[in-house]
Amino acid sequence: MATVEARDIRKSFGTVRAVDGVNLSTKEGEFLVLLGSSGCGKTTLLRMIAGLEKPTSGDVLIGGQVVNDLPPRARKIAMVFQSYALYPHMTVFKNIAFPLKAQGMRADAVRQRVEWAAALFGIELLLHRKPRQLSGGERQRVALARAVVREPAVFLLDEPLSNLDAKLRASARDELQQFQRRIGTTTIYVTHDQVEAMGLGDRIAVMQHGRVRQIGTPMEVYDEPADTFVAAFLGSPPMNLIEGKDCLVGFRPEHFLPKEAFPMTEAASVPFRVTRLEYLGADRLLYGVLERPFPEQKVIAKLPSTVTTSIRQGETHEFVVKEKDLKFFDRDTGLRTAPRPLSTQFA
Amino acid sequence: MEAVKGEARVLLGAPATRFSYIRDREEWLGPLMLGPAILYIVLVVGFPFFLALYYSVSDITLGSRSLGFVGLKNFTGVIGTTKFQTALKNTFVFAILSQLLVLVLGNVLALALQKDFRGKWLVRLLILLPWVAPISLGTIGWLWIVDSIYSVINWTLRAVGIFGPTFWPIWLGVPHLAMGTVIAVHVWRLLPLATVILLAGLSSIPKDIHDAAQVDGASFWRHYFQVTLPLLLPVAVVALLFGLVFAFTDMTVIYVLTRGGPYDTTQVLASLAFFTGVAGGDLAEGAAISLFLFPLLLAAAIGFLRIARRSEVV
Repeated sequence: MATVEARDIRKSFGTVRAVDGVNLSTKEGEFLVLLGSSGCGKTTLLRMIAGLEKPTSGDVLIGGQVVNDLPPRARKIAMVFQSYALYPHMTVFKNIAFPLKAQGMRADAVRQRVEWAAALFGIELLLHRKPRQLSGGERQRVALARAVVREPAVFLLDEPLSNLDAKLRASARDELQQFQRRIGTTTIYVTHDQVEAMGLGDRIAVMQHGRVRQIGTPMEVYDEPADTFVAAFLGSPPMNLIEGKDCLVGFRPEHFLPKEAFPMTEAASVPFRVTRLEYLGADRLLYGVLERPFPEQKVIAKLPSTVTTSIRQGETHEFVVKEKDLKFFDRDTGLRTAPRPLSTQFA
Repeated sequence: MEAVKGEARVLLGAPATRFSYIRDREEWLGPLMLGPAILYIVLVVGFPFFLALYYSVSDITLGSRSLGFVGLKNFTGVIGTTKFQTALKNTFVFAILSQLLVLVLGNVLALALQKDFRGKWLVRLLILLPWVAPISLGTIGWLWIVDSIYSVINWTLRAVGIFGPTFWPIWLGVPHLAMGTVIAVHVWRLLPLATVILLAGLSSIPKDIHDAAQVDGASFWRHYFQVTLPLLLPVAVVALLFGLVFAFTDMTVIYVLTRGGPYDTTQVLASLAFFTGVAGGDLAEGAAISLFLFPLLLAAAIGFLRIARRSEVV
């Protein structure tokens, strides 16, 4: 087992800065998720850690040792690709055995290890099949088995669930996490799916334009976003951001509740005119605009279906947000700033 | 009813010609488009082929107007001759050795050209040149390069000091050397096609697979022989098939360089058929010689295409 560290790592393709000065380090046995939209540099960062891409500058450390000049095979890593990258001409057995044979392991030892890895993912019965005869879920298991089989120090996973259908993805997520907890290998997981990131990660590094905007536990990045990007990127629907006098005020749609149902003290009272309703089963989404003294800005409220307050289109209701659920951001830099009384922002 | 039809036509803006009718009917349009190609193949390939089949079982000669059926006499007659047996052996040596070299060198070149490096376009252009230049012209160039007196190779190597004052190989005048030279020029000529085909095959392998092999710790050779080559196989087989058919049936290089000499040591079936049938006037025997390998090549073509289909992986 080992930790992974990136020190001021950069990668340019021509004039495009794909990764622009990333510093991060994993803890021993940690499940770290790199989260960002496509093109944010997360996959490039992962490929540099794997050794498939050479950083333009900066260092990659695995187990405390600088591995910049080591080829992928010497880094004690295993990687699972988005496409799974199974060798199409080999059977499942040979696919899983490939990394072992590359190490020069003896045939009977190889057989033992492959059977162990196959049992781990419940694919013992598929060993003689070719990848094209497998379903998406089975291919993913084979890819994972091939990664585990030589017991790497670090797992690198590049969107391994994105080719599965929604139902399978949920169960695969569960299995993946259980499996990682059991073997306790440090894992870096790249995804653009915030649900996956929140559900799987011990910590999440939120990336944008080749930089890490925030790194923290799922709770930290969701509840205490470091800037407006993270605030708007996480959560569905995203955080409401309204312009105050000298800062941006943010609150999550699920914290924006009708006063009738939640008569709270220490809460800001906000008049909200509902312009559109969406009934989603478990929740109700209310789209609308704020009314004076607040600027006429669009916001969204998300009410769980357990809140049965009657609200119709076109009506104005008093809504409340707890003081502690209000987040304040600098208008220019977008960075989080100190909380201040709402009355100073909206007169 | 008529009025309604007319109106619809105006609305759709389609001219009401007979051609536009055909244009919308696939069962007519398809054959119409294929027609010229089929006509071309029938006239230029099919007709001569069947004529050759017919000649091979006749007693036709250049200049005679009679045409009698003689059965397989031409075949049985020619098989026993030393001339034919030498040519048959030479054909296999020529075809197999040149294809072996083309495949190995084509693979090396394709692998090298897959990487990015400065001046890659120039190298690509140079490699493609032999294919673009007319083959007889290129071979005439080679005729000068390996000339017995003016050979630029010999003069250069003597000037550099590699060839001693008494060492002066006559490239086309010594049996084994002549075969070697002919094969080398043929390889030079077929290499571009094989390289381009293999390059296309290489670039169709997903990058992830190469990345996976790298992460899985495969050395260069293991990576190449266990991952790249098996995935390249369907395409390589096609390149090999083209090359083999070319090597078995084409005689341009041999005709220009050696005319089958010295002492028939570079004579192949294609050139022997030409010298017997066209130059020697015995059309029937020439046809028999040229058709001799047809069943073999047909079988090889079918076999190769089967392998290619079976090893298609994705």
